[in-house]
Amino acid sequence: MLIQLSAALAFSRKEAEGRVALVGRIDGAAGPWRTQGFQFVLEPMRIDTAPGPEDATKGGRRSVIDMRGLSLTFETDDGPVEALSNIDLRIDAGDFVSLIGPSGCGKTTLLRLIADLEQPSAGALLVNGISPERARLDRHYGYVFQAPALLPWRTVEKNLMLPLEIIGLSRAQQLERARHYLAMVNLSGFERKFPWQLSGGMQQRASIARALSFDPKLLLMDEPFGALDEIVRDHLNEQLLRLWEKTSKTVVFVTHSIPEAVFLSTKIVVMSPRPGRILDLITCDFPRDRTLDFRDTTEFIAVAHRVRQGLRAGHSYDE
Amino acid sequence: MLWYLIAAAVNLAGVRDAFEREDIAYTTGDLIAGTWSAERPILPAPHQIIAEFATSILSYPPDSNRSLVYHGWVTLSATLAGFFIGTLLGIALAILIVYVRSLEKSLLPWIISSQTVPILAIAPIIVVVLGSIGVHGILPKSIISAYLCFFPITIGMVKGLNSPDPIQRDLMRTYSANPSQTFFKLRWPASMPFLFTSLKVAIAASLVGAIVGELPTGAQSGLGARLLAGSYYGQTVQIWAALFAASLLAAALVAAIGVAERLVVRRMGGGA
Repeated sequence: MLIQLSAALAFSRKEAEGRVALVGRIDGAAGPWRTQGFQFVLEPMRIDTAPGPEDATKGGRRSVIDMRGLSLTFETDDGPVEALSNIDLRIDAGDFVSLIGPSGCGKTTLLRLIADLEQPSAGALLVNGISPERARLDRHYGYVFQAPALLPWRTVEKNLMLPLEIIGLSRAQQLERARHYLAMVNLSGFERKFPWQLSGGMQQRASIARALSFDPKLLLMDEPFGALDEIVRDHLNEQLLRLWEKTSKTVVFVTHSIPEAVFLSTKIVVMSPRPGRILDLITCDFPRDRTLDFRDTTEFIAVAHRVRQGLRAGHSYDE
Repeated sequence: MLWYLIAAAVNLAGVRDAFEREDIAYTTGDLIAGTWSAERPILPAPHQIIAEFATSILSYPPDSNRSLVYHGWVTLSATLAGFFIGTLLGIALAILIVYVRSLEKSLLPWIISSQTVPILAIAPIIVVVLGSIGVHGILPKSIISAYLCFFPITIGMVKGLNSPDPIQRDLMRTYSANPSQTFFKLRWPASMPFLFTSLKVAIAASLVGAIVGELPTGAQSGLGARLLAGSYYGQTVQIWAALFAASLLAAALVAAIGVAERLVVRRMGGGA
């Protein structure tokens, strides 16, 4: 049995990010025979304010992700496999960037590098101006996986509270945040349901809400709608766009659907496999308030065509 | 019915011998009736076992040496103590194996080979060694019982603690959760179904362990001692009654784990 008494004394620092919580903890077993002493852990905590105005403004935006000469080679039993080769990419605050390419082109790997779930073999990568590891430890990003990855023994609400518990927010704050973000993804009323009682699309929405719940400025999404049918996918695409408009997050979005990429993005990164590299970078600066009708316009079709040509140039359609 | 037929067949020779020794005239009916009411039958009939079971429970005060309640309680307390020790040990070993990768290769073979040693062979050794350092009573039996029951728990929990998807572990990593948070919020709850499956096997094993612990060690009380005394004096009915008590006890214990499991599963969403 673990008794955890965490008293968070928060005091602000001058830096915009800053807050340091002093967490006191008493670990003790259920009985007099094993009682450990106090343990004080200094944990950096992200300040919970709305995104700063500099993120929303267009001019002179700061770079959120900066990669130069990034390569990754996996050592496998069949010899080294070059997953990514010499990637240069800069993503600015407020961008919605899609990484598109056939399977095996390293788009997920690229996302995992940003998330510090994978280590590059060569090159430089900065996330918010710091190393990916620091960014991960400071919880700079929320990650949405291909599968919802909700914990089946927790209710939807408790699933949203998971990262907040780990950060160490108070119970009341956890609950308030969970409710707020569930409402944002239109899941109010499902707080007490367990994941298996929800449809696939609802589960993925809950998982997006969970990634937003601790208010990271950067959202990394790995084919979040890949397993859903097209009708649900269209609907969620539209919702995601509204969400992005409302929260002004920076989004990096991995997909293999051309319409999805064109519909959502401000920038499309076309990738090709063996080794994974960037073929084309398409700027897609349409107004943010797109609706599904936008997909029938000539502008949309033109961009989609360019993406398809990029993929073809990368021999993505070869057998 | 089948049991009555088998009992009649198995006991027939003995009963016929007895009648002939006494020079009493007998009919086939007498013979068959005799096979079902012999004092020391080779295979007692069910009604004899139930009668013996009932008298040994109801006719004596629960603290009497002749009461099955008394013996059952002695064995039960050793079982529960052993189960408790074995569960803690099993979980602790599983955590070690999961967190210290090299232990899986080095420790697991020892754990498996520990289970191939016949328990009847080491039970007296444990009792004698502990007795020589002044440990008597319930503890040696519980240790034998724990020895048998930690194994399924270790195996089950290693699997259970490793059961979260890589994606869920990555998720905890993106939250920069510390190891204890990952353990208590992910690995531990994920292992619950595995734990309860193991516990059901383990509780039955620890009952066997407690009984075996009473067998070769000259214990005065407990179901094992009752079995042994019965076999010394040819009291087959007594043996069977004790066996009956042991199986009832095992069923009750497994059912109790089942109830605990249902309570936990309901709290954890039921669908999981």
